[in-house]
Amino acid sequence: MQSFDGRAKADAAPRAHHLTLSINNPTVRAILWQIGLGLLVALAGWYLASNTMANLARLSIASGFGFLDREAGVQIGESLIATGPRDSYGDIFVVGLLNTLKVSGVGIVLATLLGILLGIARLSSNWLVARLAAFYVETIRNIPLLLQLFIWYALLTEGLPGPRQALEPMPGIFLSNRGLKLPAPADDPVWAWVAVLFALGVLVTLALSAWNRKRQLATGQRLPMAPIGAALTLLPPLLAVLLAGGGALDVPVLQGFNFKGGMTLSPEFAALLFGLTLYTAAFIAEIVRSGILAVPKGQTEAATALGLSRGTAMRLVILPQALRVIIPPTTSQFLNLTKNSSLAVAIGYPDFVAVANTAINQTGQAVEGVLSIMIVYLVISLALSGFMNWYNRRVALVER
Amino acid sequence: MTEIVNKAASLPPNRPRLGLWAWARANLFSSWYNGALTLTFAYIAWLVIPGLVKWGFVNASLNGDAAACRAAGGACWSFIAEKWRFILFGTFPDDQQWRPTLAILATIATLVISADRRTWGRPLLFIWGGGLGFAALMMFGGVLEMDFVPTGLWGGLPLTLALSVVGLGASFPLGVLLALGRTSELPVMRGLSVVYIELVRGVPLISILFMASVMLPLFLPQDVPIDKLLRALIGITLFSAAYVAEVVRGGLQAIPRGQVEASKALGLGYWQRQRLIILPQALALVIPPLVNSFIAIFKDTSLVIIIGLLDLLSTAKSALTDPAWRGFYKEAYLFVGVIYFLFCYALSRYSRHLETVLGRGRKR
Repeated sequence: MQSFDGRAKADAAPRAHHLTLSINNPTVRAILWQIGLGLLVALAGWYLASNTMANLARLSIASGFGFLDREAGVQIGESLIATGPRDSYGDIFVVGLLNTLKVSGVGIVLATLLGILLGIARLSSNWLVARLAAFYVETIRNIPLLLQLFIWYALLTEGLPGPRQALEPMPGIFLSNRGLKLPAPADDPVWAWVAVLFALGVLVTLALSAWNRKRQLATGQRLPMAPIGAALTLLPPLLAVLLAGGGALDVPVLQGFNFKGGMTLSPEFAALLFGLTLYTAAFIAEIVRSGILAVPKGQTEAATALGLSRGTAMRLVILPQALRVIIPPTTSQFLNLTKNSSLAVAIGYPDFVAVANTAINQTGQAVEGVLSIMIVYLVISLALSGFMNWYNRRVALVER
Repeated sequence: MTEIVNKAASLPPNRPRLGLWAWARANLFSSWYNGALTLTFAYIAWLVIPGLVKWGFVNASLNGDAAACRAAGGACWSFIAEKWRFILFGTFPDDQQWRPTLAILATIATLVISADRRTWGRPLLFIWGGGLGFAALMMFGGVLEMDFVPTGLWGGLPLTLALSVVGLGASFPLGVLLALGRTSELPVMRGLSVVYIELVRGVPLISILFMASVMLPLFLPQDVPIDKLLRALIGITLFSAAYVAEVVRGGLQAIPRGQVEASKALGLGYWQRQRLIILPQALALVIPPLVNSFIAIFKDTSLVIIIGLLDLLSTAKSALTDPAWRGFYKEAYLFVGVIYFLFCYALSRYSRHLETVLGRGRKR
């Protein structure tokens, strides 16, 4: 009782402890804690930095980013821009960065499509389809990506015949241990026409769908826009290419021991792309599935009661609501795919990490090399998550 | 009125929907496109499965050398029979391989025992200390007439388990501290934690492993030798701590504010509050996602091949470089793939089971 009274008196007194500089004052203590931690971190940083300086001086390794202008003396096999043996480290860094962006960009698009398909398939009323999708997802998710990359790479190099016995699944497409050879657009005036026709098709489709929407509001009838739009945009360019005949396409042909002409998907790129796409698609499938399951069953029933078919209900009612649940975790899957593309170094695809690793091995400037890897991935991550947050805000529920 | 009642009563009963045929109609051929899908996939299975059976069983060779395998044309299981010791144990001395076997069993037993909820709490510390201590003793040796085996000779499954279990164990306290820092009211703590977490989560694990393997020796004074396994462990710990921190933060944010206020009203200080009130509740909430983090770490340890450690995946890969056994990559990768799968699948089933069991009390 006595002690209770004592406390009550102390608390009743004016809040004197806010003014005293006592160690018992919470504010003072908070400041001291923070100063202490700040000092500790700074001290650790200084210790590591001074050790690094001493070690670098002892090993006589240069520091700074001056090496970016020096000649690298390596030729990158695969590049989106022109390369040469006299490229500087800066040049090959750009090549590596573009390669990273290429495989991540294509991978994100393909993984999203496949993931949505698999997520819906897992919820299919067809037992066989649902089981197969579940089997796929469970298998792929529980095996390390690197192992899958090794398997794909081995299948695409050791598992395939040489160029002379190349498989030809379709005319003009060759599959051999030198990679996938595809017909490429040749230097021909027809491609200008193709571009014009495609643009025209898109414009006509946009106009038609606006008219279609108006008509639907007025009469309740609508045209099936998806097939019409596809036909309008794709058929005229295809016709143009067919009319131009053989000159439009640069078809790969076997000459001696290898192919000439056409476009090449190297085994490294193909293995990395397959691996990343199939692996990430399994994770996206699970996200899509849980997103669809998060939409209340009443929504499906209401859509059926309105007379919408299963496909239309999915497209107009279920998916737009599911997207709100799906987008945030999918964003982190996109980021994971981009970061995982750094596994390229294990199968020899010249992505940014592989190129930076080469630079580290040649110059010994590990600090700068690792630092540039981190900066590049941080910038990509921030840009991607910025874009996805913007998209998320667009589809987010607008409350009254 | 009676007319209608009578008519309804005279309708034949619903035909029971039982039997294989009724099941197939409901689940495989409920509409024309479902029927078409079923037939398409059944056809693909018809094309693929006989080939796989032929490869894996009919034409497979269980013994004999590489030439015999190539002649048979199927899977070469004799390659696995020849190399399984190397793939599982790496370069650990041949006559001592009962030791890594015991270490693996001890680690698995530790994991299985700690999966039982009755052991959660203080006993868990003793179980982990005992189990992992025994595993470490077996691996290192040096006492009880066992030869000392340096970490440079470790490889295969014990290395993978050591990296993932020790990696998770070490990153857990660091992750909890980072999560507390990120939810703290003190700006310096919060700022440092946010910067660390976001920096690490924004970069790939490979770059952290590179940093650990090439920069760590630069960071430390010249006369401090630091072994390769320890470098990889430090890298994996620093990496997964950021992910564990985010998981724990989710749990911290799920605790109602009233709990903090009530514990403040009781006169508890910050650390007492966290230790006695907040963390026990928050950590119980995040055990299923923590198991998922463990799965991710377990798979990610395969990346140490890039800094030259001989884990389960890289032993398989180096077994393939034996000139006498060229080209049997399917068998080798299938073998280690199954091992990875068994661990990860068991863990993911366990995580899902926990979610339902732990969710039972919270769901209404």
